[in-house]
Amino acid sequence: MTALTDRDRGAAPVPDPFLPRPFVVRATRQDTRDTHTLELEPVDGEPLGFAAGQFTMMHAFGAGEVPISISGDPARPEVLVHTIRDVGAVTRALVHAQPGTVLGIRGPFGTGWQVSSGRHGDVLFMAGGIGLAPLRPAILEVCAARGDFGQVSLLYGARTPEDILFGEDLLGWAGDHGIDVQVTVDNGQHAWRGRVGLVTQLIDRARFAPASTLALICGPEVMMRYAALALADRGIPKTRLRLSMERNMKCGVGLCGHCQLREFLLCVDGPVLTYDRLEPLMSRVEL
Amino acid sequence: MQTIEQYLPEHPFFAGLGEDVIALVAGCAVNTHFRPGEHLFREGERADTFYVIRHGRISLEVRTPAGPPVVVDSAHADDVVGWSWLVPPYRWLFDARATEETSAIAFDGACLRGKCEADPAIGYALLQRVVRVMSDRLQSARVRLLDLYGVRA
Repeated sequence: MTALTDRDRGAAPVPDPFLPRPFVVRATRQDTRDTHTLELEPVDGEPLGFAAGQFTMMHAFGAGEVPISISGDPARPEVLVHTIRDVGAVTRALVHAQPGTVLGIRGPFGTGWQVSSGRHGDVLFMAGGIGLAPLRPAILEVCAARGDFGQVSLLYGARTPEDILFGEDLLGWAGDHGIDVQVTVDNGQHAWRGRVGLVTQLIDRARFAPASTLALICGPEVMMRYAALALADRGIPKTRLRLSMERNMKCGVGLCGHCQLREFLLCVDGPVLTYDRLEPLMSRVEL
Repeated sequence: MQTIEQYLPEHPFFAGLGEDVIALVAGCAVNTHFRPGEHLFREGERADTFYVIRHGRISLEVRTPAGPPVVVDSAHADDVVGWSWLVPPYRWLFDARATEETSAIAFDGACLRGKCEADPAIGYALLQRVVRVMSDRLQSARVRLLDLYGVRA
């Protein structure tokens, strides 16, 4: 048997990235017809620090595991918040988890929005549908240091007025933090008094100095493609356009290759990538 | 409030037009106001006007046999509403209804058509601008047809 060195004895155990940590559901909220927000706490009491834009692998025992972006406040790592849309068997199990249910969490994984790189300039958030959830931590980060940023805008597109997420947050961000929040819906009913139209149509209404603007975009890939194109046309440098990409994340640590986007493994190189790297890939078929 | 002559050169739709053209266009324009619920135009009516919204909100709607009209688009401050005045047979294809107090500039399309025909350079300049509005609205409609925020897109 080989004797342990001092270094071996002093080393902290390396957490196994494949071992889910148990988290207990403390609160749930139904946001829309098919979208719910879960607040979880670690069973071992150890907060889960994360960077805005990162995701975890959420495990509903007996159902399976899916990647879900964190939608909580990075300044409050003691509470893990996930906003989940019910689109399949695993997410259905997650959104129906009641307070007291124990779920498995791996991560956090991936790259973040790096909001701090936008300090002293303008920030433009652009979200489509459930894409507002991964942006929420970044928006909260900006709100917490609002004086460090210039003009901040949030352009948000939803399917219908009933599908608008975080309604109270939207009011608070506009009212308490001076964020120019503009919302549009694809389909407006007669009673809806807001905007009806495509989210990219809001760009002309946003005030920002293109050269010093950091733009963070999250939504369906087609929407992000048109949004990035329009913002680049407005003069925002492609290196300051960041998009959150979605593929079939599985291992979370760049081993399995399920989330490969040509040279990128999105679970480690992404999900947040700059448009200068993504532009050549976004119009390719079957990538 | 600015006069029409002061307002038009600052509006993106009219940007780049010469002073003489702006004056000519302004000569075909009047300020107008709509109360909530009042229609700017209705489907099937003759289209001899287009509008630049200064304040307020307009719903572009399609009537349906049952239930309330479907809102297919909305227009807000600085938006241009209406291109049917340029396209034969000059009939509105939608209803446009003010949903709040709305101020707009109404342009006499029949008057402008005459001026466009008399001076093709002016006609081309205006057509370029209207086509851009049409293109934006068409793009918006096409992408929304994809229902991107549906279950999987």
